[in-house]
Amino acid sequence: MKKVELIDVSKSYDRQKDVISNINVTIEPGEFFVLVGPSGCGKSTMLRMIAGLEEITGGTLKIGEKTANRLPPSKRDLSMVFQNYALYPHLTVEENITFGLDVKKVPKADRKKRALDTAEMLGLTDYLKRKPRELSGGQRQRVALARAIVSEAPICLMDEPLSNLDAKLRAHMRSEIRRIQKRLGITMIYVTHDQVEAMTMGDRIMILHSGKIQQIGSPIEIYNHPANPFVATFIGSPPMNLAAADVRKEASLLVLANGTEIVMPKGSLDEIAEERVTLGIRPEFLMPPVTGEGLPVFDAEVTNVEVLGHETVFSFVAGEGEWTAKWNGQWQIQPGDRIPIAVDTGSACLFSLEDGRLIRKAADRQRTVTKEGAAL
Amino acid sequence: MTMSLPKKLIFYTLLTISAIVLFFPIVYAFLISFMTGPELMQGKFLPESFHLDNYIKVFDRLPLLNYLLNSFIVSAGVMLGQLAVCSLAAYAFVFIPFKGRDFVFFLFISTMMIPWEATMIPNFFIIQNLNWLNTYQGLTLPFFALAFGTFLLRQHFKTIPKELHEAAQVAGLGPFAFFRRVVLPVSKTSLVTLGAYGFLTTWNMYLWPLLVTTNDSVRTVQIGLKQLQSQEVATDWGVVMAGVIVVIIPTLLLLFLGQKQLQKGLTQGALK
Repeated sequence: MKKVELIDVSKSYDRQKDVISNINVTIEPGEFFVLVGPSGCGKSTMLRMIAGLEEITGGTLKIGEKTANRLPPSKRDLSMVFQNYALYPHLTVEENITFGLDVKKVPKADRKKRALDTAEMLGLTDYLKRKPRELSGGQRQRVALARAIVSEAPICLMDEPLSNLDAKLRAHMRSEIRRIQKRLGITMIYVTHDQVEAMTMGDRIMILHSGKIQQIGSPIEIYNHPANPFVATFIGSPPMNLAAADVRKEASLLVLANGTEIVMPKGSLDEIAEERVTLGIRPEFLMPPVTGEGLPVFDAEVTNVEVLGHETVFSFVAGEGEWTAKWNGQWQIQPGDRIPIAVDTGSACLFSLEDGRLIRKAADRQRTVTKEGAAL
Repeated sequence: MTMSLPKKLIFYTLLTISAIVLFFPIVYAFLISFMTGPELMQGKFLPESFHLDNYIKVFDRLPLLNYLLNSFIVSAGVMLGQLAVCSLAAYAFVFIPFKGRDFVFFLFISTMMIPWEATMIPNFFIIQNLNWLNTYQGLTLPFFALAFGTFLLRQHFKTIPKELHEAAQVAGLGPFAFFRRVVLPVSKTSLVTLGAYGFLTTWNMYLWPLLVTTNDSVRTVQIGLKQLQSQEVATDWGVVMAGVIVVIIPTLLLLFLGQKQLQKGLTQGALK
């Protein structure tokens, strides 16, 4: 198992404008590292730079302890799964799996055994003699996976491998890939634009936006303490609600553009130097008011309601835009209603309005299960 | 497709008429090849009896088997040469990035606009100075580089997903191994098409073999047939046509075989 280190890595196609810049990250051996970001943020380019399919124009890439900037892809000790699987259409499943071993001159008996073992692990034993076009999408995906695993390379790169599958199969393959990665202890670098995949699979996540790192951290850390408004709205569904607010320190108040006042816990605004900030709060922390809980409550006009059975998601007017709230259970709310909404202000994040920096962290939300039951 | 009956009727009548018009010369040649001289002079359409006299005569008068063998060697040689040269050139144009690649490609393609006859004289001098008159290489080599073939294969190679190339790179396949083990097998259909095209055009070639062959040693069958016509004062057309039919057979065979291969290749991807 090897680590991958990127030091000041940048990429430009025209030698003037960097499409990727200032990438500094160390991916630990055996780690499941997810690169996530919206389309065109440079995540695939970064993966291809690690693979050696794209030239690195600045900085250093280290694989293991060796500098790998100039190594050809085959010398980097890695395997790769492509978005469209890139199976050889003229070869059978078995030949596809052993293709790389064949090139590396692995003895024939050994090759056969490794192919069979891998095929069994992925449930492909019955399809070994078929051609790729005779397989379903999910099976093709597994062949591509088998081809990466069979090489026993210490590093595996995946470029949106699940994006062509339907929702159910995707959920299944998600856990399967995770299971195999843990079992073999491969260092995995996984590119996706799907934040659910990133949250559920990654040991650590890197969020990229227009070629720059936004935040690196464990999924929960990123969810609870997003480093800036971009991360806050990118991770989580529905996204975090954001609005510009005036700070009234003496009254410990935040005032939104439409005059809505939110009372913050006493003293929580003392250290804030700015007059105006961006308030961020996740939809699940906008709750139905409960008497005696002591949370600040404000009234708002509902604009849209979606009842999903186990939860009700509705939007309402707040500040200059709309906010979304997520309430457990089924609620009888009609668009146009004015309803009271309680805010768990302890869970609110504040961002600087100028540079988007996080200036007030939300309280930790993790719970543990004890013998007596769930404790808050 | 469903068609109303009158429409169908018109359609098939037209098709039949065009088929007859198109095929008439060959059918007539086939019939003449069984006729005797007097029969032919009377302008008959059907021979009185089907006998093989003319065929025996043509093999008697000419070293026809020898010519056929020469034609076969030359056609096969050109076919293989074209496949090798065109596929390698197309590979470079698709998979190897270099400065001015597109410009070089269009320059190469533009040679399609220069008729072959225009380059005949310089080609002839080259072959003559190399002392390659009356040799197989003189007959085949000038045709190896084919702009059309390179274009055809390039178009097919371009449909190969670039991920396949990248996957091969990650697996450690060198450029030539990728060419041989992935690109060629995947492009079988186009290679068969180009091969059939190359073989047939060379088989039917007349002018170039006429120029570079001065004796029977490597003379091809098309030139051989021409000799039948001029050898005697009155040409025995029955014998000539017998020769023509013999020459057509390999072409037809290849067409049938190639067509089957082609259809197989073309439908392979379409049906899951």
